[in-house]
Amino acid sequence: MTTNSLTTSQGAGRAGDKVFSGAAMAAGCLILAVLFGVALFLVVQAIPALTAPAEDIQGGNGFFAYIAPIVVGTLIAAVIALVIATPVAIGVALFISHYAPRRLAAGLGYVVDLLAAIPSVVYGAWGAAFLAKEISPAYDWLATYLGWIPIFEGPASATGKTILTAGIVLSVMVLPIITSLSREIFLQTPKLHEEAALALGATRWEMIKMAVLPFGRPGIISAIMLGLGRALGETMAVALVLSSGVLTASLIQSGNQTIAAEIALNFPEASGLKVNTLIAAGLVLFVITLGVNMIARWIITRHKEFSGAN
Amino acid sequence: MSATVVRKRSALTKGQLPKFAPYIVLAVALIVGAAILALIGFNAFGWGIVSAILFAVGLVSWSGAVEGARKAKDKLATCLVVGAFLVALLPLISVIFTVLVNGIPGLITPGFLGTSMNGVTGAYDNKAVEEGAPVLGGIYHALLGTIQITLLATVISVPVGLLTSIYLVEYGNDRPLARAITFFVDVMTGIPSIVAGLFAAAFFFAIVGPGTKTGAVAAVALSVLMIPVVVRSSEEMLKIVPNELREASYALGVRKWRTITKVVIPTAISGIASGVTLAIARVIGETAPILVTAGFATTINNNVFGGWMASLPTFIYTQILNPTSPSNPEPSDQRAWGAALVLIILVMLLNLGARLIARLFAPKTGR
Repeated sequence: MTTNSLTTSQGAGRAGDKVFSGAAMAAGCLILAVLFGVALFLVVQAIPALTAPAEDIQGGNGFFAYIAPIVVGTLIAAVIALVIATPVAIGVALFISHYAPRRLAAGLGYVVDLLAAIPSVVYGAWGAAFLAKEISPAYDWLATYLGWIPIFEGPASATGKTILTAGIVLSVMVLPIITSLSREIFLQTPKLHEEAALALGATRWEMIKMAVLPFGRPGIISAIMLGLGRALGETMAVALVLSSGVLTASLIQSGNQTIAAEIALNFPEASGLKVNTLIAAGLVLFVITLGVNMIARWIITRHKEFSGAN
Repeated sequence: MSATVVRKRSALTKGQLPKFAPYIVLAVALIVGAAILALIGFNAFGWGIVSAILFAVGLVSWSGAVEGARKAKDKLATCLVVGAFLVALLPLISVIFTVLVNGIPGLITPGFLGTSMNGVTGAYDNKAVEEGAPVLGGIYHALLGTIQITLLATVISVPVGLLTSIYLVEYGNDRPLARAITFFVDVMTGIPSIVAGLFAAAFFFAIVGPGTKTGAVAAVALSVLMIPVVVRSSEEMLKIVPNELREASYALGVRKWRTITKVVIPTAISGIASGVTLAIARVIGETAPILVTAGFATTINNNVFGGWMASLPTFIYTQILNPTSPSNPEPSDQRAWGAALVLIILVMLLNLGARLIARLFAPKTGR
């Protein structure tokens, strides 16, 4: 008598069900535990730095005097990245979703995704070896003609290894994230809205302005927030590109530092309290990016409930 | 008489630019752009930029004069959108070009893939620059380290990620626990890679002892980054398995876990495998977590659980930032770009592999 391999395991069945569902649930709980563990271990290792006497911390003025300038530096770099990447990313997303010929659109989307596939250290090397050199004449120009604006105050860095260059490299890295999310949202725009606008005689741009962008606004905002999360935590682009220093208002001089790059540059050689200080800095970065990402996810979920887009 | 009728434009297309208008404007923009650049010193990049601006201005103002403000605005938006796409392509082309130009000399150096940096000191690099001796040293140790660390990270992440996605799709039923897992997996995708590295470092510092740096620590750091990617992609793939398949299996009296392992997973396996491959491609290029967890090594290390270990990304990073010979960084740069080229080729192969897997092992649909 032939038996079916699917139904022979009568005795093992009940136990197998229990074990399997238990394992699946355990794996899920493990992920929660890992995230909790990330927070816990970072806090435990950071406490010595937070409670140490002020003069033992690098700089000699306590942890908060140490962390404040690099938090500001991180925000500056991320804001530069977003200011550059957002308009380009929305343009690219619109191009792929509404402008490119249908046949090409998928292929073009893949080309933009290639930007995300390139490792960050390669971007860093590219920024340091190619972009910084090519862009420094532009900084000289900015310092000469727009030097009266504090952010373009001269003298410009001769090597071009400034926070603005780092921000540009970061913008290239967040571009594919914002693009792919916005593209998904734009493609979800109800076809009837678009066709109604076109039927009423709207040009393509008016149709996008009236139907696509209002529908996609929450999606765009959360895409930007996710890009912000990436830009805040990106390490290599800044560590390799920026010649770091104290906090400076000018974007075209060397100076400024970000949390992630500070950790990467100092952690390998660090020992003792310095390790705790850097882990505490990592904790600060973790809290900031966690906040940004949670807000982004919250916007997405809220949007899902209201739009009926899925 | 009929000739005059043909020449007259239809009332429907009156007040519109002719179809060939963009081509005329493009040609004029290219010529004028070349002329302007010739005055201030010609270069191809500047020519492209100036011509693009001239094209946009020309087309929009012509359209504004003939077709009115609304059409002109539409043309402007089209120019900007297409321009944004072209601008986005610039860094991609530039990065790939830079890596190819700088990386090929390193890659074709004899022994680049087969030797480590063991014993390669600044003296050899000085000799290579000053006397034209061959550049010694290679990436064998880094390649080996990358493969070991990534493999271990995959071995950790795939079971955890796959089981979690099974829980979410098959057992979760939108319970609070499932919702919490979904939410935190989303949050986890946003953890900065360096924080993942710090977590693994802090964890092993607390458990094993301060200063513990091995390939295994790096693998744990990479799994923190990899698990959410695996969960998300597998979840999507399990969700699209038709419910009829599950119900047919239940109707035959098959247990739920047998249904999952024998029916659901085999149906979704191509998507899951390609998702895993993409996740590997994502973590193989991560630098920061390895930097803080595995240290640097110049020698071959075959033991993931003991001793510092090199990897391709950290090899690139250290060769650029701390050249082997500080006075003559060129050989180090050459090695770094060669390693970057190898890394990009690896990532591209993984991406390509993911697409192939998805296509080749896709379940046969239709009849």
